[in-house]
Amino acid sequence: MATVFIPTQWRDLTADVESVEIEGATLREIARGLEARFPGIAERLGDDGGIAAGVAVSIDGAIASRGMLAPVGPQSEIHFLPAIGGG
Amino acid sequence: MAQAESHPRKYKVIGTRPVRHDGADKVTGRAIYGADLRLNGMVHGKILRSPHAHAVIKSIDTSAAAKLPGVVAVTTSADFPDLQDKIADLGEGAVNLAHLGANVLAHGKALYKGHAVAAVAATSPHVAQEALSLIKVEYEPLPAVTWVLDAMKDDAPLLHDDVYTKSMGKKADKPSNIAAHIHFEKGDVEDAFAGSDLVVEREFKTASVHQGYIEPHVSTALWNQDGHLTIWTSTQGSFTARQQTAELLQVPISQVTVVPCEIGGGFGGKIAVYLEPVAAMLSRKCGRPVKMVMSRDEVFEATGPTPGSSMRVKIGATKDGKLTAGEAWLAYDAGAFPGGVIGPGCMCVFSCYEFPAARVDGYDVLDNKPKTQAYRAPGATQAAFACESVIDELAEKLGIDPIEFRLKNAAKEGTRRVDGPVYPRVGFIETLEAAKASDHWKSPLEGKNRGRGIASGYWFNIGLKSSAAANVNPDGTVSLLEGSTDIGGTRTSVAMQLAETLGITAEAVHPKVVDTDSVGYTDVTGGSRVTFATGLAAYEVGRDILRQMCERAAILWECDAAEVESVDGEFKTKDKRMTFAELAGKLSQTGGPVVGRATVNPEGPTNGFGTHIVDVEVDPDTAKVTVLRYTAIQDAGKAIHPSYVEGQMQGGAVQGIGWALNEEYVFDGEGRMANASYLDYRMPTALDVPHIDTIIVEVPNPAHPYGVRGVGETPIVPPPAAMAVAVYHATGVRMQELPMSPPKLWAAMQK
Repeated sequence: MATVFIPTQWRDLTADVESVEIEGATLREIARGLEARFPGIAERLGDDGGIAAGVAVSIDGAIASRGMLAPVGPQSEIHFLPAIGGG
Repeated sequence: MAQAESHPRKYKVIGTRPVRHDGADKVTGRAIYGADLRLNGMVHGKILRSPHAHAVIKSIDTSAAAKLPGVVAVTTSADFPDLQDKIADLGEGAVNLAHLGANVLAHGKALYKGHAVAAVAATSPHVAQEALSLIKVEYEPLPAVTWVLDAMKDDAPLLHDDVYTKSMGKKADKPSNIAAHIHFEKGDVEDAFAGSDLVVEREFKTASVHQGYIEPHVSTALWNQDGHLTIWTSTQGSFTARQQTAELLQVPISQVTVVPCEIGGGFGGKIAVYLEPVAAMLSRKCGRPVKMVMSRDEVFEATGPTPGSSMRVKIGATKDGKLTAGEAWLAYDAGAFPGGVIGPGCMCVFSCYEFPAARVDGYDVLDNKPKTQAYRAPGATQAAFACESVIDELAEKLGIDPIEFRLKNAAKEGTRRVDGPVYPRVGFIETLEAAKASDHWKSPLEGKNRGRGIASGYWFNIGLKSSAAANVNPDGTVSLLEGSTDIGGTRTSVAMQLAETLGITAEAVHPKVVDTDSVGYTDVTGGSRVTFATGLAAYEVGRDILRQMCERAAILWECDAAEVESVDGEFKTKDKRMTFAELAGKLSQTGGPVVGRATVNPEGPTNGFGTHIVDVEVDPDTAKVTVLRYTAIQDAGKAIHPSYVEGQMQGGAVQGIGWALNEEYVFDGEGRMANASYLDYRMPTALDVPHIDTIIVEVPNPAHPYGVRGVGETPIVPPPAAMAVAVYHATGVRMQELPMSPPKLWAAMQK
């Protein structure tokens, strides 16, 4: 199962749980698993079926470019981060 | 060049220094920049800008301007679609189109001095300028705020009544100038500080500074009678410019072609559109090509500076020099619209070190300045100024050499950043070792009023989407088409990777940066990504060509393609061989042209670390700082063209020296910029800086076939902190404010 690190600003929804193990082959499945355990997270993570503007998802250190379709491995580590650009 | 570890590959092209492919055009003045463009029937556009930093626009009367002989079109935001809160994904980030549109031409309120309000097109720039004076705008001035901490106060003038603080998707319940709050936490911070032998906490502030590209913004648009819009522009991203323009005008993206002209610098400031949609609208109205060129004061007053900032950094350590805890509070101004660079600032502030525990809070704050834009490692330079200054003070108080202190705590493979992700193989330690071994660090600095400083910095570098295609010519050369606008010599660094892959010379590849109809989607030239990602695309193009060429050789040799291999520019079987050029000359006999193509979307950051050393002398009477010697050290992964890597390191260092010593937006009491010219906005010139020595460290990036890391942005991160440390050792004063201009430094020296 993937290890999902909960951002501190979402821990009001997780009773301060910092990380969870979630089953899922894609980010969408992970998001559904998170929502099932911690209702309200899906609204923070996404809008219109995609990832919210300003939020980036790091899967094993790489910023997922396929949005909710991003593949997730059984040992993956997932972080939710601010989106960044560059100059 | 310091070779940090033995790289298994031997290269023929990579690592050499061929003459750049666009060199002759550039040095002879024949390269076509946006301002050089002249089209039949072309007219000239000008923009009327707000004289107020904050005001309600009660009415705009353009009737007199429209009647002026020579005026062919007038426009305001009323001509543009109402986009509400639509979000567009621009690859490198999302943008709220309503905000983008309101920045291009004000909707209802002017939010900074210089905010575009209306535009005209006329048969000459002079007539257009005169017409602006005939536009009557009724303003209701409002109080303005230009300092980030003032803008955060409860009673501050509110810029937008529809912006609510967002905290990773969580929305506050009342409007605020604080557009976003970011928070990271790792470990038990309070406990870690309690266990520290020494804690240093300092507050810092930095001024807004501009990217300072030499070429002002320039765009020409032709909205043809068949409905197709063509835009010639100076942009870091032709595809991004196309999408923004199409979205703002609500026309199909296929109806817009963006032709990137040569670009005279961007540094992050030429990603958002300013002139393109306005020139397009004027062209639609008059049916003629419309050219618009900003003046320098328009560039300063209406395009993105980097944020001014207020920061507080607290770091603890044990007496033997191990970091225990960190805490950072960062407030960056976003300017008139949300979406500043606080995110990467928060992610970078502690990114050079292993912190067992740390907490970071960051705020994206609206104020009455132009919308801030990316500027080379956006957000990281401010944060590094604060963090590295405290790191140096800790090292001094603990009696530990600053390089040794950094080495004890340096981020390395396996280090978990405060924001969560874990580093793969990175080269920070190698830059510190190279600094320690450098002639600069080992040479004593002698003389009165002199000091030496050292500081480090980090920038992610990004991947994103790049496409490329290449045609094999009968003479054995290859024409390479790419979509990355070339700011720092990337035509050549990308072409060299194709040449290396094919086993031909760099000169045998002819790179062209083409328009949005002529190559696959390519993200912006930014994030230090082009040599990495577009280079990766070129590598894949080369692999595609080699595969096809092996098949063609098999046809000629009447054998199976699997029997043909390509090695160092030759194709061979057990008993036959042919050079790349020889086979290229026979393609027409084997089925026709060979065209290679590729599109890539690498997702990982390439993680760039740098360490800079600087010697300064401070005049005790005037507080003028003279830079005596400067050395920039950086991990480039693999330097494809070392001269261009050195050029990026030198350019970034000089810009960072500008941040450190002089550059700042000076506002009058009513929020108006008082120094909107190069005469008054003091950027370093060749007379102000010595030669910047460079040491390239090469710790190959495991995520690239040639080990490339991005190099363009990291070099601006360490300079202000390194300069502040050097000034401290020269004067005894630790400056916690940028710029350290003579009036500020002199005042601090008197205390």
